[in-house]
Amino acid sequence: MSIGLAGIPLAPTPTQRKDFVSDQEVRWCPGCGDYAVLAAFQSLMPELGIARQNTVIVSGIGCSSRFPYYVDTYGMHSIHGRAPAIATGVAMARPDLAVWVMTGDGDALSIGGNHLIHALRRNVNITIVLFNNRIYGLTKGQFSPTSERGKITKSSPTGSVDRPFDPVTLALGAEASFVARTIDSDRSHLMSVLRAAVEHRGASLVEIYQNCPIFNAGAFDHLKQADSPALLPLEHGRPVVFADDRLAVTRGDDGRLAVRSRCDVDEASIVVHDAHSPDAGLAFQLAQLASSSDWPAAPIGIFRSVERAVFDDEARRRVSMPPDRQAALQKLVAGRETWTVL
Amino acid sequence: MTDVQTLDRVVIRFAGDSGDGMQLTGERFTADSAVVGNDFATLPNFPAEIRAPQGTIAGVSSFQLHFANSDIRTPGDRPDVLVAMNPAALKANFDDLKRGGVLIADTAEFTRRNLARVGYAVNPLDDGLLTDYQVHRVDLTGLTMACLAEFDLGRKEASRAKNMFALGLLTWLYTRPAEHTLNLLDARFAASPKLRDSNKAAFLAGHAYGETTESFAVRYEVGAAPVPAGTYRQVSGNKALALGLMAGAVKAGLPLFLGAYPITPASDVLHELSKATDQGVTTFQAEDEIAAAGAALGASYAGALGVTSTSGPGLALKSETISLAVMLEQPLVVCDIQRAGPSTGMPTKTEQADLSQALYGRHGEAPVPVLAAQSPADCFATAVEAVRIALVYRTPVIVLSDSYLANGAEPWLIPDLAAIEPIDPGFATEPNGPDGSFWPYARDERLARALALPGTPGLEHRIGGLEKADGSGEISYAPDNHDLMVRLRQAKVDGIVADVPDLVVDDPSGEAEVLVLGWGSSWGPIGAAARRVREAGRSVAVAHLRHLNPLPANTGDVLRAYRRVVVPEMNLGQLAALLRAKYLVDVRSFARVRGLPISAAELAAHLNDVIDRKDAQ
Repeated sequence: MSIGLAGIPLAPTPTQRKDFVSDQEVRWCPGCGDYAVLAAFQSLMPELGIARQNTVIVSGIGCSSRFPYYVDTYGMHSIHGRAPAIATGVAMARPDLAVWVMTGDGDALSIGGNHLIHALRRNVNITIVLFNNRIYGLTKGQFSPTSERGKITKSSPTGSVDRPFDPVTLALGAEASFVARTIDSDRSHLMSVLRAAVEHRGASLVEIYQNCPIFNAGAFDHLKQADSPALLPLEHGRPVVFADDRLAVTRGDDGRLAVRSRCDVDEASIVVHDAHSPDAGLAFQLAQLASSSDWPAAPIGIFRSVERAVFDDEARRRVSMPPDRQAALQKLVAGRETWTVL
Repeated sequence: MTDVQTLDRVVIRFAGDSGDGMQLTGERFTADSAVVGNDFATLPNFPAEIRAPQGTIAGVSSFQLHFANSDIRTPGDRPDVLVAMNPAALKANFDDLKRGGVLIADTAEFTRRNLARVGYAVNPLDDGLLTDYQVHRVDLTGLTMACLAEFDLGRKEASRAKNMFALGLLTWLYTRPAEHTLNLLDARFAASPKLRDSNKAAFLAGHAYGETTESFAVRYEVGAAPVPAGTYRQVSGNKALALGLMAGAVKAGLPLFLGAYPITPASDVLHELSKATDQGVTTFQAEDEIAAAGAALGASYAGALGVTSTSGPGLALKSETISLAVMLEQPLVVCDIQRAGPSTGMPTKTEQADLSQALYGRHGEAPVPVLAAQSPADCFATAVEAVRIALVYRTPVIVLSDSYLANGAEPWLIPDLAAIEPIDPGFATEPNGPDGSFWPYARDERLARALALPGTPGLEHRIGGLEKADGSGEISYAPDNHDLMVRLRQAKVDGIVADVPDLVVDDPSGEAEVLVLGWGSSWGPIGAAARRVREAGRSVAVAHLRHLNPLPANTGDVLRAYRRVVVPEMNLGQLAALLRAKYLVDVRSFARVRGLPISAAELAAHLNDVIDRKDAQ
């Protein structure tokens, strides 16, 4: 078993996808990207081999936060933005639970931004799945903290003024030990990233580009065409080339990354991805290609996966339970300076 | 040989700059009061600023101690003795000193500059202002420096020991044994022999000063108070609260998880529990008040006793989480150590003005049981009771303490944990619904829901903030179901009254027409005021509420049995308004919001007026 799931009991008999399907009718809109994530998740669970009852899914508020109702494990649909805080308590209290946080771009990055960055910097052993549809869906279509500038919505009829967050650079800036991005339309990529995330010990952040067909339809369509020149898959230890090997990411003389036509560049100048590098510099630069390059290149895959001290493991190591709790507490209650009245 | 005069009670206030060690001096003198068997109560009073500018009124820190040979309730309204380490301390505290009282002042600090800084045109120690008082002008700083000459300390370091000189002098004046302080200094400065020896030398020099100079004509002695036999310690409210939470966890057989964010005056609860890692206690210093409550709720969901501690502003931030706990019907203990508000208000001063917030400060119909501690030591029993209610009824519970209880100390008859009833969290392990399903919102006879912990095979289920169908817990927007669930959640909390003891009225004469009803820390001043009223030959009845929600079943009957009911509170009448609304009784409020405990003398005078029908009708 992976270290991320160490300490979690295994299922006595193999489980199947249907074991993870709850009896609740799924109520997302037709065509919603959330369906694909749910299906991938339910397919992944049996492969992990852990006992069904030892999985806990905590969500906040938003369309994607309905997720726990549809999975037949333990789950809590909680408060807008607060799922990482609640999940931190669950993870600290119980080393035998696989704890997932299902959240969205508004939930995680706007109202819950504080909890997200602190869960990441502490490195709590939880897997945070951030459904990024770049819009507020449940409240019927206001711009979100990942909406592009100038977004015209009901709350921004003249175009939004805000500069968006990139969840990946935000997570890297918070010193997250595992940061990845995937896309709802690529089932096998989605499953492999989720698997790597849950098998990582510590806080994992997975951003999923997820289509909202109602309020932000087609936001990621440019990434979904076959051989899209914009989708840039990252693999640790491999040169960063994409678009059927026609394009490559190179490091220029100024130290910056650039997207170049592969036939124009020296093989040696092509950047080799290193997700395990102790510093997040390369991961950060790769992430910024999505916003700072002339190419609308969106890297997907694992940006960063490094080992570092895990908060809940460390916290547990400091706590011990005395064999006779009442006697131990009686001593503490009595204190050191006492006097006796006869 | 100086005469020794026996007194029944003394109130001493130590006052100085916030760096002068007044809290330590006061605590030490309190510990000696305990050793000689006095009953006592303390009132630390310090500025919010860690080191306000030296010698200013804003920087004055004080510690008041009331010790007596009988049962006492309060740290006293007005000191008999004031120790003023500088002009600012005198200016800030002089008006409280009893006429004819004792003033001990450090003359070295009464320089022209220090006097001018606090607006004294002339030195009050020299002009006629103090003729009605017994003034002892002592060069505490100079004498301390002189006795430490051999220690090779810097000027600043040497003068810092002047609090020990003052403590030595007071130890002599009140015929206290010196050995305990000397032992304590041995222990505290074990790592630094120079500091240990210099502090001991200053203490002994102060003691010798009293003995050899003739400025003190009498020494005083306050005898032991008659108290039940047993072993005692002194305890502050926050410490007792932390111990009570731990005791509740032990009695329930659950690990304790505290989520907290630092806030005055609640931080000591976090500190105390953070020290208890060897008692199965996990503390989580969260990124904010919301996360602190959220993590506690998550830990509770995972099977720990979830606790979060805070003060008023933090309670406001936690209210959404508490509402979720109401909706989930998930145990959670929330401790609010109240301070003077609103907003940052006066963060080191006391108040009882969060009662309405605790009772009503949520969205939707979100009833929460509320309990309040009445004295520092009572925080222990209140915490245990809160844990019991939270676990047995599957509900968040709010415990109200306040700055006065949190920092004040009193003797505590050490409880026997074995005598506390166990708490059964009664987690579900078997299906309880149709066809072997698990229904998380099926209820027991107390209306408490079935609670299954993650990891329990076969009972997988989802809970959340959405309204749920009665029994099955599935999401439901059905109108009648919501109506039912709102009423069930209310009925469950109302039903806790079955476990709430009836209100007990104390009326020794049996002839009282006036009832004083209190809650929380006003217990001390109310008891002291009632004693004064009774000593003057009048009758007054007293009752005190621990449970603010639900109120004891006989509350209405008690209120209606008196011609007049007075409710003293450190707010503008929050309990009074509740009682008027609920019981239609013309309850009168006695409201004081000065950031200090209610004055027993002032309350007694008011009660006399009410008894004599001289209060405004």
